[in-house]
Amino acid sequence: MGVSVDLLLSAIVAGILLGGFYAAVTVGVSISFGMLDIVNIAHPAFIILGSYIVYILNQTYGVDPILAAIVLLPVFYALGAAVYQIYYLVFERRGDEALRGLAFFFGLLFIIEVALILAFGVDYRFVSADYIGTTLHYGPIDLPLRMLIPFGMSIAMLATLQLYLSRTFIGRAIMAVSQDRQALQLMSANPARIKRIAFGISIATAALAGAFLIIIQPVEPSVGRDYIGRIFAICVLGGLGSFPGMLVAAILLGIVESITATFYGPSWAPAVAFGILLLTLAFRPSGIMGR
Amino acid sequence: MRTRTFWLVAVLVGAAFFGLSLLAPNQYYFQAGYKVLQYVVLATAWNILGGYCGYVNFGSAAFFALGAYSTVALYKILPVPLPVLILIGGIVSGVVGLGMGYLTLRLRGAFFSIATLALAVVVQTLITNWDYVGGSRGAYIIRPMRVPILGHYIEYLYLIMVVLCVLAIGIARTIERSRLGYGFAAIRDDEQAAEAAGVPTLRLKLVATTLSGALMGMAGAPLPYYVTYLDPASGFNLAYAVNSIAMPLIGGMSSWLGPLIGALFLGSIQEYTTVAFSSSSGLNVLIVGVLLVSFVIVAPNGIVGLVESLRWRRR
Repeated sequence: MGVSVDLLLSAIVAGILLGGFYAAVTVGVSISFGMLDIVNIAHPAFIILGSYIVYILNQTYGVDPILAAIVLLPVFYALGAAVYQIYYLVFERRGDEALRGLAFFFGLLFIIEVALILAFGVDYRFVSADYIGTTLHYGPIDLPLRMLIPFGMSIAMLATLQLYLSRTFIGRAIMAVSQDRQALQLMSANPARIKRIAFGISIATAALAGAFLIIIQPVEPSVGRDYIGRIFAICVLGGLGSFPGMLVAAILLGIVESITATFYGPSWAPAVAFGILLLTLAFRPSGIMGR
Repeated sequence: MRTRTFWLVAVLVGAAFFGLSLLAPNQYYFQAGYKVLQYVVLATAWNILGGYCGYVNFGSAAFFALGAYSTVALYKILPVPLPVLILIGGIVSGVVGLGMGYLTLRLRGAFFSIATLALAVVVQTLITNWDYVGGSRGAYIIRPMRVPILGHYIEYLYLIMVVLCVLAIGIARTIERSRLGYGFAAIRDDEQAAEAAGVPTLRLKLVATTLSGALMGMAGAPLPYYVTYLDPASGFNLAYAVNSIAMPLIGGMSSWLGPLIGALFLGSIQEYTTVAFSSSSGLNVLIVGVLLVSFVIVAPNGIVGLVESLRWRRR
């Protein structure tokens, strides 16, 4: 019995750490889908793209993965702003975003994924850093640094974003555009510009999430697909556009997944996220902390 | 064209198409033709829900694979003829489509699409963990070498696909010209207004999800006999989900002609690249992705829309 409790305890701790990472993966979609109403299903592909660039920087120049991701932030911001500009001009202005906008991101998802496969093949890639092999032990509980550091960094990232959104002018404008686009226009602010900035930020988070991902596990291009379900499950479960709700949902999912993997085998784990997502959508579309 | 005439023409075209293929110098043409025609059925099925009602289904692969796996499951119990298997595959996928409709009735737009994506993964996980149909190891199907009259089995499979194509396109066109089709169009254009005007949106959506799912299942049911070895990775292959969305979007979603053109166009390109560059599915998916993105940007109404606007300009 003691062993089983220990096992459960360490599964829960591993789940919490995993959940923190999931929050970092989801925060971009929480901004784009939750606040801007842009269904960016290509977000996981941007994350994988981030992982690969971090991988290149790490393997050729020996840069620390997280440092590499921080260097990448402006690049990904610009990439996101450019993607939004296309999206705005082609779909949003025509009022065509529902169906064709969705198809646009769907296509983008495959272009990025397959371009990575053609460039790098389907081998698993990984990064090296001093802390990746180290594990702290507290009794029965293991705290591997490769989980702990992404966890801490993603909490820091969430806190920064939350502060940014609630304290700065642009941040408040982003919150405003998510609530009432027309009212913002009446305040003589340009919603398209605000949304471009916000979408840029959401893609920039993918660079960091990509670094965390490749620290936690080896990456190959189609790994991203597993995250589509998780991301939207967390997003919907946490209530759209709410960071605290999202963090709770992410940790919840992390724990459930980790327990499932420990006690029933990892082949069932993907169904957990999607099953939760389906049930949430069917019975509680506004999320656990929704209105 | 009246509906009866259309059916007649469709059957004749199908028969002529099959007759011409018999002149083909070798078996490869049936092999390739089957694949392309299978996409015609998938794309037409997707378009019933996606094009007519405006609900984007990302989970086509799940319905397709369910059809294929119901064949595998039945194959192990008793040998039934293929048309029966197709009927059963259609029923299984249709019932799942109905269930999905029920589960996601309240969801609109993107939420529905995400739910279908979720459904696909859940179904795939269930099948992967279900040992009876082979689990992740996959299952073998032994098909007869020859059938009476036609000769090679692949020709029989090909004939069946031609029939399914005629059936799917006929159904799609019948829907277009019926009250059902007008109801679907009302849902697509403005669901709330449609409901306020007395359109039974709930029931119509269930009809669409069921019909679309059933046709996808029917397209998938002969698959085990075509590949003779089926594992979840190939049954739930992403190519099915991507193609069934890309083909109607590239062909044009407003009528039955769009998915047909899109499927023939994209299907042939993919078959060509597979042979010419002996590529794996990677390059194919890249081509489909690039075409999809460029079409939604440049020609939002697909090839059919492009041709129509050219015709208008000439007048």
